[in-house]
Amino acid sequence: MKVRDLIDKMGLTLFSGELCLDKEISGGYVSDLLSDVMGNAAEGQVWITLQSHKNIMAVASLKDLAAVILVKGQAPDTDTMAHSIEEQVPILGTDQEAFETAGQLYHLLNA
Amino acid sequence: MEFRYEIEGGNFSRAGHASSAVKKILKQLNVDNKVIKRVVVALYEGEVNVVAHAEKGSMMVDIDEQRIRIRIEDSGPGIPDIDLAMQAGFSTASAAVREMGFGAGMGLPNMKKNTDQMHVTSEVGKGTQVEMITWFRQ
Ligand SMILES: Nc1ncnc2c1ncn2[C@@H]1O[C@H](COP(=O)(O)OP(=O)(O)O)[C@@H](O)[C@H]1O
Ligand SMILES: [Mg+2]
Repeated sequence: MKVRDLIDKMGLTLFSGELCLDKEISGGYVSDLLSDVMGNAAEGQVWITLQSHKNIMAVASLKDLAAVILVKGQAPDTDTMAHSIEEQVPILGTDQEAFETAGQLYHLLNA
Repeated sequence: MEFRYEIEGGNFSRAGHASSAVKKILKQLNVDNKVIKRVVVALYEGEVNVVAHAEKGSMMVDIDEQRIRIRIEDSGPGIPDIDLAMQAGFSTASAAVREMGFGAGMGLPNMKKNTDQMHVTSEVGKGTQVEMITWFRQ
């Protein structure tokens, strides 16, 4: 599944990165700890988190993640969005909590 | 080939710049993707430690055909007990830094796990030096 299909199927907000929605999703990772994501997330995964500051983009780009989903209505800072465009990793959003978001993503990827 | 990047203590908005520059070089050199993935973890954690815990530092990267050697030196408070600092979960990060999702105490363990050799030296009140080596042929 591509990021663009995920946005459709989950009704996610697209905050930034509309030019890089064709990345193939390999899985998901849920964490608000940057070192945890750094150490354990894998290429192509979608990262579900509460963190919305700029450093999430450094992590997402270094780890070659497919996209970041901000949960609970979090919106990215302006410099986070700028970094997202620069690093070509889209930032998506939802009002749902991490639990529901991860559940849906899991279901979609394993259907 | 040698490269050097300056790291500013306390400036989280620039954290990751040096690591990202080194990653690009490794990609250009066609280093095995698996090796790049490991090295990137070590670079970032090392860079963030200077930002989070020290005043200023530099990252020196030396790449030849066989291996990458990363040396990160900082001026800062130093580490009083390196064995303790290396333990997973140990962190002296401030509440504000933790709130950002840093300070999980996983940085040094991540660095050790993702390099072939790692050596930390430190002098309290002066600074810390971390040297890491990873071979390209795993
Ligand atoms: N460059 C450094 N200068 C001073 N102290 C450091 C440095 N790097 C690590 N430390 C100390 O070691 C601890 C553990 O480091 P680390 O495993 O990276 O976890 P974290 O950075 O999340 O606290 C830090 O909390 C800090 O006390
Ligand atoms: Mg650290």
